[in-house]
Amino acid sequence: MAISERRITDDELHELLAQRRLPRWSGLAIAAASIAGAILLALTTAVSGNAGTAIVAFLLYVGLQTGISFRIEGRRYAVDRLASTFLVSALVAALVPLVSILLTVLIRGLNAFSVGFLTSTMRNVSPRRPGGGILHALIGTIEQVAIAALIGIPLGVLAAVYLVEYGNRSRLARAVSFFVDVMTGIPSIVAGLFVYTALILTLGLPRSGFAAAISLAILMIPVVVRSTEEMLRLVPNELREASYALAVPKYLTILRIVIPTASTGIITGAMLAVARVTGETAPLLLTTFLTQSTNANPFVGPQASLPTYVWDQIGSGTTASIDRAWAGALALILLVMILNLSARLIARASRVK
Amino acid sequence: MAKRIDVSDLNVYYGSFMAVEGVTLTVEPRAVTAFIGPSGCGKSTVLRTLNRMHEVTPGARIEGKILLDHEDIYGADIDPVNVRSTIGMVFQKPNPFPTMSIYDNVVAGIKLKKRTKRAELDSVVEASLRGANLWEEVKDRLDRPGSGLSGGQQQRLCIARAIAIEPQVLLMDEPCSALDPISTLAIEELIHELKQQYTIVIVTHNMQQAARVSDTTAFFNIAGTGKPGKLIEMDSTQKIFNAPGEKSTEDYISGRFG
Repeated sequence: MAISERRITDDELHELLAQRRLPRWSGLAIAAASIAGAILLALTTAVSGNAGTAIVAFLLYVGLQTGISFRIEGRRYAVDRLASTFLVSALVAALVPLVSILLTVLIRGLNAFSVGFLTSTMRNVSPRRPGGGILHALIGTIEQVAIAALIGIPLGVLAAVYLVEYGNRSRLARAVSFFVDVMTGIPSIVAGLFVYTALILTLGLPRSGFAAAISLAILMIPVVVRSTEEMLRLVPNELREASYALAVPKYLTILRIVIPTASTGIITGAMLAVARVTGETAPLLLTTFLTQSTNANPFVGPQASLPTYVWDQIGSGTTASIDRAWAGALALILLVMILNLSARLIARASRVK
Repeated sequence: MAKRIDVSDLNVYYGSFMAVEGVTLTVEPRAVTAFIGPSGCGKSTVLRTLNRMHEVTPGARIEGKILLDHEDIYGADIDPVNVRSTIGMVFQKPNPFPTMSIYDNVVAGIKLKKRTKRAELDSVVEASLRGANLWEEVKDRLDRPGSGLSGGQQQRLCIARAIAIEPQVLLMDEPCSALDPISTLAIEELIHELKQQYTIVIVTHNMQQAARVSDTTAFFNIAGTGKPGKLIEMDSTQKIFNAPGEKSTEDYISGRFG
């Protein structure tokens, strides 16, 4: 009774609902004032240098904005502005190195990048002279990654199907799951060493693109297993039950209902794994020799690849070879980008409607 | 078509937990049997034992006998996959396969198992969709995804899918609980038509629905949390709703609890 009897006037109601806000231009004004303040400080005191001034300006901006907002808008909006500022700053801080890498590679890579660079090899090209290209390395990388994908993706997907559909948290499934987790963090050079000692030294497999592909496949498998597992677990159990209720046997339920439903995610995960190993360098150095000429046969003899090409060209240390190294890095990034984009396209085409 | 189901002394376990104890009941052919009772009383569990769907849950098992006419569906030489092709099921939530068109959803139970001629499939699709009162609404867009239909249409699609494999018995686990009243009415009318050909068992939370669609009603109850569910009584729907034999049945249907 006591609560509902109290009447509030229209003015009181407005007071209750209204909220004073800072005008839209206040952000820019505060930013300008902070920069001006920081410059002033740099000119008058010992705090100097571009980085120092920028940090001072940023701190001034955060302080001024929070203070003013607190006075005019109250605590909730002040905290909101503070948190938003930190979130945006974190985003920018995370993006700066990425953009910087892309720009640096693009700018420095374009020095030696051309159609000729893509269509010629390093055969009979002196490290000191400009010219030459990456055709041999491109062929090597594409073959090695393709073989790695042919080995790694089916193994990974099948292992994940076992874990999710048949393992039922059995001891074996839990052990496999644990080792997959461990393998996800395996340093790539260890995969290379494994192939080198187990297959090349012990079994006498020649150093070749194929040996390199096996080490890449070892690196791919845990990534594929993990992502496929997640995707299969996302398939609602109701769909499996609906299929069983139609008297569809388990293996057909998995092949025709579960995997197609999860296919978008499985494809994306597999392509990300492919993109990840495309840039691996360390295992390739141990498993396939460097070569300056084209070797289209991945099973016999040394084979070049883009990452080892970049490594080799940097090692030569001349202006021309360093230009080639940057151009090779650019080609590698472009290749990975193409792989990623095609993964998205395939995923979109097979998306569940 | 249409077969009788005899359940005797059925106990259902999930691991060591006894979910249902001592159920004995008979499901008459070409009639609708409704299972009612409060949540957790085991009515859905019993329903799922009738086509061996409950054993899809890890650790689930039963004791007792379930006869389809004279055949023990838990017999040693019985394949659960074959049981399910004889006893179809419709679930609470409409669950059309998201990767398939309306057409493919209807024939999923046939096409996934063996190659069938297109003309044969065409006639199955039309007959099943007509049987589920959905043909007129979807005949011009059979190639569109099944998940694009409304909830009620999706549920009728699932019924069409279930009857496409020509089962003897149709189990329905709260088929209308996710649907609006108009779609519910459509499904209830459909149940009336389907019982000319099929034996139907329906689990429902909605007592008016049980009264409207069923010929026989079974009331399940539990003594408390963690205790097994039991069949309290089973009789003609008329009798259960007008003059139940047990006090707890009367309390439940008159809304005094549950």
